[in-house]
Amino acid sequence: MVKFENVTKKFGDVTALNGVSFVIEPGEFVFVIGPSGAGKSTLVRLILKECLPTEGTIKVKNFNLQELSKKKIPEYRRQIGVVFQDFKLLSDQTVFENVALALRVLNEAEEKIEQKVLNILDLVGLKGKDNFFPSQLSGGELQRVCLARAIVGEPEIIIADEPTGNLDLGIARQIVDLLKKINEAGKTVIMATHNFAIVNALSQRVIELDEGKLVSDQKKGKYHLK
Amino acid sequence: MRRSPYQALAATLIMFLTFFLATVFVLTAGGFQVVLRYFETRPQVTAFLKDETTLEQVDTIKARLAQTGKVKEAKYISKEEALVIYREQNKNDPLLLEMVTANILPASLEVATKDIAFLPEVAQILKSEPGVEEVVFQEDVVKALHNWTSTLRKIGIGLIGALGLVSLLIILVIIGMKITLRKEEIEILQLIGASPWYIRAPFIFEGMFYGVIGAILAWGIGYLLLLYATPFLVKFLSGIPILPVPIPFMLAVLGIEILAGIVIGSLGSLLAVKRYLK
Repeated sequence: MVKFENVTKKFGDVTALNGVSFVIEPGEFVFVIGPSGAGKSTLVRLILKECLPTEGTIKVKNFNLQELSKKKIPEYRRQIGVVFQDFKLLSDQTVFENVALALRVLNEAEEKIEQKVLNILDLVGLKGKDNFFPSQLSGGELQRVCLARAIVGEPEIIIADEPTGNLDLGIARQIVDLLKKINEAGKTVIMATHNFAIVNALSQRVIELDEGKLVSDQKKGKYHLK
Repeated sequence: MRRSPYQALAATLIMFLTFFLATVFVLTAGGFQVVLRYFETRPQVTAFLKDETTLEQVDTIKARLAQTGKVKEAKYISKEEALVIYREQNKNDPLLLEMVTANILPASLEVATKDIAFLPEVAQILKSEPGVEEVVFQEDVVKALHNWTSTLRKIGIGLIGALGLVSLLIILVIIGMKITLRKEEIEILQLIGASPWYIRAPFIFEGMFYGVIGAILAWGIGYLLLLYATPFLVKFLSGIPILPVPIPFMLAVLGIEILAGIVIGSLGSLLAVKRYLK
């Protein structure tokens, strides 16, 4: 469960989020939409505890992020799989090593890592590419590696921050279909995006932000361009 | 280390320099200590006799010394006995044995006192004897060795301490640079939930590695140099049982240096991690 209660986040004079409240139940698929600067990335950063809210409280699973000590942050972050818009892959490590990293930080046994990583790479459509380096992959493939890393540790919550941002519609659809598959397996998926075509095609819950405010929260929402 | 070989080389070299100096210092200081102990236990005054001194005159001198009640032993070494001792000490160098006969070597009286405090008086008695050519007063040698050993210790500790500090600072800077270069990678690790130890450990182990390699290389090269110089040193310090250096001692030096390398390397890295990894 992810619960925002009257969350406001200010960066100096700029209010990135203003009194935002919502609850995301386990197993939901939620789009967080809005134009650039609406507060989507700030919302993701708050969930990852990259920063603290100026006001309000955030609860993720049984963690109260305000009360979460510095020591506990790594343990908390291991509960969440994140797909970053800019991939955040290690350029000098192979696809296999990038994905395996998520299991190594979980202290997974080396014997199990190989099988798990290869299975996940197969799932995301990257079979045979485990020895490739990020520089040898296309944008869509890079995003799949990022997705594989996010889900290989089997976290209950997956957050995707603009995962289709740099991709064409066809590839973007493939990525979102993978996220949908993951959601159907029981995981909570939160996807921040400004890709209206994807949002409208899927008919999932849509939380809309505009200039930091929550303007709508629809169970089967649509993205209307203004 | 593969990514920045020159930094790795710099770190290893400074560690090597520190521990090489430490090895040289330990061996030299240890050697001085052995020499000092040797002179402290040997007959402490040697009176070299004139060629014309008779055995009766020698007995007179011995009687005079015994009268003082301060002499433990007074041993007469004849010219022939001196030649035997000289031949034994230089048996590996035939060049030194050529042309040397008993006539060239002086007879001597080796006097051991009951206490080091009696040396000056006994030396004075010997100097005043007409049959005595020269008195070698080993208390001078012992005092000089004490001073040298003490000075060497102070200089050595100071120099090694300073170099150790420089090594630590260089490790700190190099590891700090590596942390800065890998900032992006570290950020990714933090975001995917890597523990602080998972992120820090490679840097700390790298610092330790420089320390250990530097120590082993320095000890190895120091030991090789010692083995190379041993024939010369044996000749130079003839009669003093200082060489070869016992292997357990050398292994103990190696063990201590490796430990010190680990401490300096890991401390430098820890400081860098605390400073640059926030």
